Amino acid sequence: MKIHEFQAKQILREHGIPTPQGGVAETPEAAVKIAQGLRLPVVVKAQVHVGGRGKAGGVKLAKTLDEVKRHASAIIGMDIKGSRVNQVLVEEGVDIQGEIYIGFVIDRARKAPVLIASAAGGVEIEVVAAETPEKIHTEVVDPALGLCDYQVRRTMFALGLDRRLSKEGKRTFSYIINALHIAFLSKDCSLAEINPLVVTGGGEVIAADAKMNFDDNALYRHPELAALRDDREEEPLEVEAHRAKVNYVKLDGQIGCIVNGAGLAMGTMDVVKHFGGEPANFLDIGGGAKADQVTEALRIITSDPTVNTILFNIFGGIVRCDRVAEGILEAKRRLSLDLPIVIRLAGTNEEKAREMLAGADLIACQTMSEAAKKAVELSKRAA
Amino acid sequence: MAILADKNTRLIIQGITGSEGSFHGQAMKDYGTNVVAGVVPGKGGETALGDVPIFNTVADAAKATGANASVVYVPAAFAADAGLEALDAGLPLVVIITEGIPTLDMMKVHWRARAGSQVVIGPNCPGLISPGKCKIGILPGHICLEGRVGVISRSGTLTYEIVDELTKAKLGESTCIGIGGDPIVGTNFIDALEHFAKDDQTEAVVMIGEIGGNEEELTAAWIKENFEKPVVGFIAGLTAPPGKRMGHAGAIIAGGKGTAKDKIEALTAAGVPVAERPDQVVGLLAKRGIRA
Repeated sequence: MKIHEFQAKQILREHGIPTPQGGVAETPEAAVKIAQGLRLPVVVKAQVHVGGRGKAGGVKLAKTLDEVKRHASAIIGMDIKGSRVNQVLVEEGVDIQGEIYIGFVIDRARKAPVLIASAAGGVEIEVVAAETPEKIHTEVVDPALGLCDYQVRRTMFALGLDRRLSKEGKRTFSYIINALHIAFLSKDCSLAEINPLVVTGGGEVIAADAKMNFDDNALYRHPELAALRDDREEEPLEVEAHRAKVNYVKLDGQIGCIVNGAGLAMGTMDVVKHFGGEPANFLDIGGGAKADQVTEALRIITSDPTVNTILFNIFGGIVRCDRVAEGILEAKRRLSLDLPIVIRLAGTNEEKAREMLAGADLIACQTMSEAAKKAVELSKRAA
Repeated sequence: MAILADKNTRLIIQGITGSEGSFHGQAMKDYGTNVVAGVVPGKGGETALGDVPIFNTVADAAKATGANASVVYVPAAFAADAGLEALDAGLPLVVIITEGIPTLDMMKVHWRARAGSQVVIGPNCPGLISPGKCKIGILPGHICLEGRVGVISRSGTLTYEIVDELTKAKLGESTCIGIGGDPIVGTNFIDALEHFAKDDQTEAVVMIGEIGGNEEELTAAWIKENFEKPVVGFIAGLTAPPGKRMGHAGAIIAGGKGTAKDKIEALTAAGVPVAERPDQVVGLLAKRGIRA
């Protein structure tokens, strides 16, 4: 799960990490009201989950209240990479002398959290990693020991901060790294980054931008994070699917795919493409494939108006194909669909399932490739 | 011979009385797996699946039965702890089927396993099967055939699809391991390949990867330097959009990394041919001299 910058900064503040004064607004008038309580100049920042806000014109410096109103009017409602901006963060500008990157991520290969730090902050860390990898310092955190003081010290020297920061600044920097690590663990983050961590002219250290992603598997033990979910940032059909506990991702094609298992669902999309068609979605109905799940899956897929053909690909390993066939027939009765439906059922009790589907105005196929080819053919005919 | 699971496996089922544990426990018994004990805290002294004794703790179960492996069907909030308990009891193999375990919890399990040189498979995986000998987990036994090809996969049903092809082609499987769809898994492709390298029964390996992370790339480089037997691949997710999690917690293209294209290129460059469709795997094996 992703959250907005202003929400991530709230979590940082709860952990004692300094951030600029500010507030979040949904209208230009509210933005001005916030700015009235702050020291000018202020920064007006679009709050969207996608990156690249600055380049898209979603981050502006305002020296007067008039400018605050003008920038907020321009930014609220703006489209950034397909995301509509609903709110802006209005924040005191900071006197930037240096920009540092610090972040914690899960390193899949090392099976541990990793601290990533760079003196080249203020740009995307992926860009630094690709262009100047020598400017990135990493520390692997032993999950049993936690982050050790020597690792923080080593990071400080690697970034040359021993020369750039005052004694007080060094203490703050060390505190911030430890606090970010604690936030990362206590909130079950998959990513927690401050970029940039600004070193001011006065030698202070302050978090000017922040980003946090959370491990979906751990949300059950963080009821406080559920309130931070912004469904406006998500594809509406995906939000609906999420509520119905169907694993769905919308794509742009015409062939709606319903598959059991995530790997096979991706494989099915790929095979559709391989035969010249375009998949409309990823959808995993899971192991059971009972009538309710199949109905819900069909309802979600057919509410996408670009879908003109439906392809079921079920490999019955544990699940019995006749049960799935029952679910499909029941769902079809409930929904009265007029789109062509291609079905491939293989595995346990597949013959019985094919007999059940024979009279039901469905196109039954034996193999995944045959079914995908057929679906592509029908989809092209319908287009 | 097969790897990790065979006729000598003496298995504990953690969560044997739950709906998953009892259903798949019975399927494992029916397949011929030697299920020696169940563990359910508070139900010690009872029996399950007919005559399988239940113990309160893994340590008790291991001591009383001489078990050498455990499979975990415990719900996500408690599964990592169940895994730690099995490792603490000294079991050399722990297979965690459960999906949805917090990553930070699993990290502790993996570090504990590493410290004790023990093997964890999963989580969020279908387990493993050595056809004709032993099955641990939820893989459907009836689609498998004792044979010559090792299978390693991050997926479940996609694995069944390819196993089915190997079985129909009369090649059969030596051992088939589902390593799991989470960002962090106990046994990765390279770990499994190291086992297959030493196994006489395994003549070739099929590896089934998907988007997310760079394990397939690391494995490609490792195979080129270290692995002699033929390897054929399939990678799911060529059509997956960036930034979206495709069902599995670990299946996401992040920051431009983890695409199927990169993985296919890395494998191809390392001499591992990659099938464009699951039904091409058998043909690619034949080209490498592995025929029925």
